[in-house]
Amino acid sequence: MAKVPVDAEKVLRCRALAADVASDVQTMIDRHTTVGVERTVARAYGVEGADAEGTPLANALVDKLHQHGSTGLGVAYFLGRALAGGAADVQEAAERLAFGDEPLLAGDADDVEALRRALAPHTAAAVLRIDGARDERVRLKGELGVGPEPLKYVIVATGNIHDDATQAKAAAFAGSDIVAVIRATAQSLLDYVPEGATTEGYGGTFATQENFKIIRRALDEVSRALGRYVQQTNYSSGLCMSEIAWMAAVERLDMLLNDAMYGILFRDINMERTFIDQYFSRRVIARSRIVINTGEDNYLTTADAVERAHTVLASQFIKEAFAERAGLVPELMGLGHAYEIDPWLEDSFLLEVAQAQLVRQIFDRHPIKWMPPTKHKTGDIFHSHVHDAMFNLAGVLTGQSIELLGMFSEAVHTPLLMDRYLSLKSAKYIFGAARHLGDEFEWKADGKVATRARTILDEALTLLEDVQRESIWASIASGVFADVKRTRTGGKGHAGVVRRDGRYTNPLLDVLEGHPSGGAS
Amino acid sequence: MSSQTFLRAYGDREGDGMVQLSFTLTILPGDRAREAAKRFAEAHGLKHPLVVTMEQASFEHTYFVVYGKSVHGVDAAAIHVEELGAEALSRDEVEGAAKALGRKIVVVGACTGSDAHTVGIDAILNYKGFRGEKGLESYKAFDAHNLGAQVENAELAQRARALGADAILVSQIITQRDCHKENARALVELIEGQGWRDRVILLLGGPRIDNKLARALGFDAGFGPGTLPLEVAAYLVREVERREARPQPAMR
Repeated sequence: MAKVPVDAEKVLRCRALAADVASDVQTMIDRHTTVGVERTVARAYGVEGADAEGTPLANALVDKLHQHGSTGLGVAYFLGRALAGGAADVQEAAERLAFGDEPLLAGDADDVEALRRALAPHTAAAVLRIDGARDERVRLKGELGVGPEPLKYVIVATGNIHDDATQAKAAAFAGSDIVAVIRATAQSLLDYVPEGATTEGYGGTFATQENFKIIRRALDEVSRALGRYVQQTNYSSGLCMSEIAWMAAVERLDMLLNDAMYGILFRDINMERTFIDQYFSRRVIARSRIVINTGEDNYLTTADAVERAHTVLASQFIKEAFAERAGLVPELMGLGHAYEIDPWLEDSFLLEVAQAQLVRQIFDRHPIKWMPPTKHKTGDIFHSHVHDAMFNLAGVLTGQSIELLGMFSEAVHTPLLMDRYLSLKSAKYIFGAARHLGDEFEWKADGKVATRARTILDEALTLLEDVQRESIWASIASGVFADVKRTRTGGKGHAGVVRRDGRYTNPLLDVLEGHPSGGAS
Repeated sequence: MSSQTFLRAYGDREGDGMVQLSFTLTILPGDRAREAAKRFAEAHGLKHPLVVTMEQASFEHTYFVVYGKSVHGVDAAAIHVEELGAEALSRDEVEGAAKALGRKIVVVGACTGSDAHTVGIDAILNYKGFRGEKGLESYKAFDAHNLGAQVENAELAQRARALGADAILVSQIITQRDCHKENARALVELIEGQGWRDRVILLLGGPRIDNKLARALGFDAGFGPGTLPLEVAAYLVREVERREARPQPAMR
């Protein structure tokens, strides 16, 4: 492959610094929980349904615990106690706790061992449900096979899940390997997951468990018809990051947009909340073997692609460290970046190739996610199509794993059926035409591409030294990433962060963290 | 060249009316589909349509490209548009005009409602700017505040008031089912209800916005796709000058 020089010592140094940064945050994570994490636990144990106003039972239950200042014990503590006290099943226990006059504080007489024992079969069932979906994915992928890399990833975004299913099938027919249903724009700020199938959404379609099922069914149907396993992805981000991760796990999504810092930077969600939620979501994701896609591409929509390229690389090291701490293997870490350079800049293609190749080599086991031009797109759809072609060429040349295909109508509207068709046709052509281009030559040792790659790594190292010295909290506060500044206690959702009690109970997390007893010591 | 006011599409020769059209129809490729595409084009006023591409794009749809001669034309002389009429100023002229005002012009911008796409507001307000032209933040003339995405109208109004904003810039990118219009109109109504509409310049921007639409929604001006920061800067400095020159409403 046309490689760029990579100083292995510097890469090791970057990884060590990133490890420090993530470990600092992990200490905080391990001492806290959030209302989002607890709702996920409740759902995993089988708490389901919503009231007439659409408030999910998981929310009613955890909100009530939260009002009583009991979130720090964990929802499992109370579910287990109700089960040990004679509740017929988890659902009944949850309803009693949410709507009855069950005491919602820890009692001195509580027998923690007994409540853990009462939970044990439910914990096992919860894990089995995740494992079952994972095994089914492995089986189907094996049976039907998947397309060659770069995998062609397209989005659908009609707002109506049934139209999305039609569009998803059309996209698969036209050659896509992965279909994402774009989420309604404001969903990341909702502190609950809507229930049921949805047909109204702005900028996209709500992520709900039922909607996941509908798309999965459509893609399974089309996968069989085409003899190729078509993957499904959605967004595990925002205030319900971990609940959505769990829904994705049990409904057999294959990938998730899941990022340790995206919500902080781009949705002004509280830092602590995000870090804790991302950790739990990734424990579920690791078990389910979902591939995550991180969101560094977004940095360059607000910051400059040339001047701030190193921030993307530095962030990838940090995201790798966070993901590793949550049990993800590199093969599940779809670190993200993007072709957001000003296309009229001389040698812009070379600069993008340098970065893409550098990222490919440093993260060599990782399914790298490469995002298309958006920022410099205009309504000139014909030029836009050419712009995307250059992006496709860079992608196949540098061996990117997952390519979100550019749409020539990017600056105009959410993609029409024919926009997606033409985008896929162009990608198929370029990926085929240049399949082995990268095997055929070496970049000049002191040429523009090699020099650019060296510079980016050097600058990323310097930045990581700063971040490690200042801590991630201070670095984000000073606008290091994406030129966006956030404070540790600012942003949405901080009220949902709670310090774990000494008796904090979460047998599901215990299993996901690799304590096989489910904590029933 | 004579100045021509009756306009027809120009392809290769004056008056040939050549246009291209691409679309999908829910039919599978074949002779019937080709004829359907041809008639579809004819129904749109294309004479002698030539179906140059017919490809199956999904299990049930076919993608077509058609060339044809448009029979329609428009009389440019009969067109009246709400042109912004803003004077083109250089950066130095904007700075000079603001210096003469003796103060900075306070500008507050946001993507409102559920809209999470800051690309437009960032291009106009942020230092970095757009297409090599720096944003309002980079001017001495402006005190620019970019509140970012998903800002509720009430919050935007409250912040703008607290900052003593001369102007509010609203960016609306998402346009599904006209949510941008409702949202923009709601801001105007809110500020009118609070009684300070005449003391603030309201600007609306976005890919589906033009001056006419913005004015119809109750804004002072609208800026469409491709707008550069300097155009907004020039409009603002002239508008503030104009307002400061006009007699202030009596104190109540």
